[in-house]
Amino acid sequence: MIETAIHILLLALFPPLLLGVINKTKAVFAGRVGPPVLQSYLDIAKLLRKGMVLSSTTTWIFVAGPLVTLSAIAGAGLLIPIGAFPAILAFKGDFLLFAYLFALARFFTTSAALDTGSSFEGMGAAREVTFSVLSEPALFFAFLVLARISSSLSLDSMLRVPALGLAVGTTAPLVLIALGFFVVLLAETCRIPVDDPATHLELTMIHEVMVLDHCGPLFGVILYSAALKLFLLGAFFLHLVAPYSTGNPLIDWPLFAAEMLALCVVIGVVESITARLRMRRVPYLLVSAILLCGSAFILLVR
Amino acid sequence: MMSDRNDNFAPLGNCRSIRLAEIPELPFDRFADAIVSRTAAGQRVCAFFASAGKASGSTRLQVVIANDDEDSLAVGCCSVSGPAFESITPACPQVHLFEREIAEQYGLKPVGHPWLKPLRYQRSWTDRDAWDRDRGAAILPGVGDFFRVEGDEVHEVAVGPVHAGVIEPGHFRFQCHGEKVFHLEIALGYQHRGIEEALAGGPDRRSIHYAETVAGDTTAGHATTYCQVVEALSGYRTTVHSHIVRGIALELERMANHVGDLGALSGDVGYLPTASFCGRIRGDFLNMTALLCGNRFGRGLMVPGGIGFELDAPRAGELLARVETAEREVAQAVNLLWDDQSVMARFEDTGPLPLETARELGVVGVAARASGLERDVRYNHPTGIYRYVQIPVSTYDTGDVFARAYIRWLEIQQSVTFIKERLRSLTPPSPAPGIGPLPPDSLAVSLNEGWRGEICHVAMTGPGGSFSRYKIVDPSFHNWYALAVAMRDQEISDFPLCNKSFNLSYCGHDL
Repeated sequence: MIETAIHILLLALFPPLLLGVINKTKAVFAGRVGPPVLQSYLDIAKLLRKGMVLSSTTTWIFVAGPLVTLSAIAGAGLLIPIGAFPAILAFKGDFLLFAYLFALARFFTTSAALDTGSSFEGMGAAREVTFSVLSEPALFFAFLVLARISSSLSLDSMLRVPALGLAVGTTAPLVLIALGFFVVLLAETCRIPVDDPATHLELTMIHEVMVLDHCGPLFGVILYSAALKLFLLGAFFLHLVAPYSTGNPLIDWPLFAAEMLALCVVIGVVESITARLRMRRVPYLLVSAILLCGSAFILLVR
Repeated sequence: MMSDRNDNFAPLGNCRSIRLAEIPELPFDRFADAIVSRTAAGQRVCAFFASAGKASGSTRLQVVIANDDEDSLAVGCCSVSGPAFESITPACPQVHLFEREIAEQYGLKPVGHPWLKPLRYQRSWTDRDAWDRDRGAAILPGVGDFFRVEGDEVHEVAVGPVHAGVIEPGHFRFQCHGEKVFHLEIALGYQHRGIEEALAGGPDRRSIHYAETVAGDTTAGHATTYCQVVEALSGYRTTVHSHIVRGIALELERMANHVGDLGALSGDVGYLPTASFCGRIRGDFLNMTALLCGNRFGRGLMVPGGIGFELDAPRAGELLARVETAEREVAQAVNLLWDDQSVMARFEDTGPLPLETARELGVVGVAARASGLERDVRYNHPTGIYRYVQIPVSTYDTGDVFARAYIRWLEIQQSVTFIKERLRSLTPPSPAPGIGPLPPDSLAVSLNEGWRGEICHVAMTGPGGSFSRYKIVDPSFHNWYALAVAMRDQEISDFPLCNKSFNLSYCGHDL
């Protein structure tokens, strides 16, 4: 019971901190002071208090987009185990729901973008969909590997595999899917080298351009959803690379939080030391993620 | 070529004046042939503009041609009596914008121009209108025909005039096939302030300030060029000290903008370290200009006849120390770019401008040198301090974003060396006699290498010795079209990067 409460509190309150840590890391690399670590909370609070301007060309889809996106991602949040603790909901085949809740969120984000009738947002939607078509197979190969090793179709037990210790036959596949999943993580959360969340150049944006017309509370919801998505994929990734637990909840919760913040520092470092890929080259990166996860599966079943 | 010698264009040095009567007035055919044959032989058009003719209703066309190989200029003129003339653009593409400008300003129609549309969306200075628009109707920038590619899979993307960043207004129309750009058309004119009109009737106390604000980031460049054209007209020679301080201000301006551009290019590809450091170092260079004259952009430094603020030894020492510090810091920040694979992957092969295209379009400045053209006014047509001190021309041959970035880096290093040498052997100020009145019925041309490229000012005086026509050609005027051409077959997501690598001025174009 108390674990469920902490799980939900973390989902609700923790994600904006991740953006703050990434931005702080980037600022340190750039020799700047940077915004306060808690800036994202202030931004979201400010946006929620604001009024909204809705374009007259938009329909209900434009308003529904961010709300459905938030609901879908929050729903996915119930399916994932956080750190050493079990997921709130677990059933056979829930990993499919997990993946397609993200797809549902994407469908509504892109539909809301297309709803504005703006050529920019259309371009952003086209890019988002194109790239997600390539990141999804990588994700599913990773699922297949985990399902095969754990002989389970529930996310809760699939993600426990690395924590059970590394066997000779499973080490290489797990390392490969960790690498592939990190690429998926960067692509899905719109980080460099795939997208640049800090740019002001509409023509180069992917995710940011799709939400250009949203403002006020709806934009606040979008910011929070993006942070939540980062949190969920980060939690997924931590199961693969840092499956540590002590059995003592008083240590395990802070341990998870520390791992998560460390992951954000790593993402911040990646953003600081690399430039964005040329748009044409992004598929190469995503295909390499497919190959990594696909080879992991082949290694496992050969 | 022999034909050049016989085409009756009058030879003229940079920052020299000539009596209008000494420029032979040619029949239009010979005038046009001379422009075509000279540009075909590798010379280029610095300025081509109209002014009111002697007879009422007639218009005088005036051209300034630069021969970079022989370091000489030539001016030619002809008189057009009707409301139209035969367009030269089909045979000489680099005059296409000049002809649109003539059509707009004087209502003189270049017949046969391939894409005759307004340039700055301003009203004609005469009672003619090249498009026969109603005199009362409003002329709105960016409204009118645009080139369109038809087809189900082709889509149009319109960007601006309001942009997401804090930049100047301009309208860009892309014809795209997916991510690929087939064609880009650029519509400007939102910043038109009427500087040429305001300068006519001068020089007066306001003139220098108009020159300083032609393009705010090129204050030293345009102000120096203005001062030199006035000095050329009046036959005045300023002191060596003034020449040196002007040269230092021009190079500081170049370094500030080049450093800022390298930082912005880095920011556009999402590479943070260089972006942040260069943004700060640009401010350091601006503060050095403030050390010269109290203004970060160099306003008030240039005055016709000399400089407004002499550089004394203590401040020269301080400046030298600051330049040396900045030199180290810039090297650290910028060299990160060339060493980073991910940055180079973005810069290389993006937005290439082939040498032949650059030559045909009459491209100037950094963009020209990045495509392999050895075009630098400081080298080809030196004036002021550059007559005594040569700055080597930096060129590259790929013409892509990398080349334009790398030329900037090379030029920063040359400028640092130049400034350090000047400061170590600074000639002390000497008293300068005041500048006299301007002679009547004369013309002077002044070229300078601003940080973007060649700045050209042409002043013509009337019978009373005041400006009857003042023509300004900012380097952006030559280069905007090159940006559109460089974008063909590129990815639309690379446009901001490509645009930044040219970094052209909107207000310098719009005047």
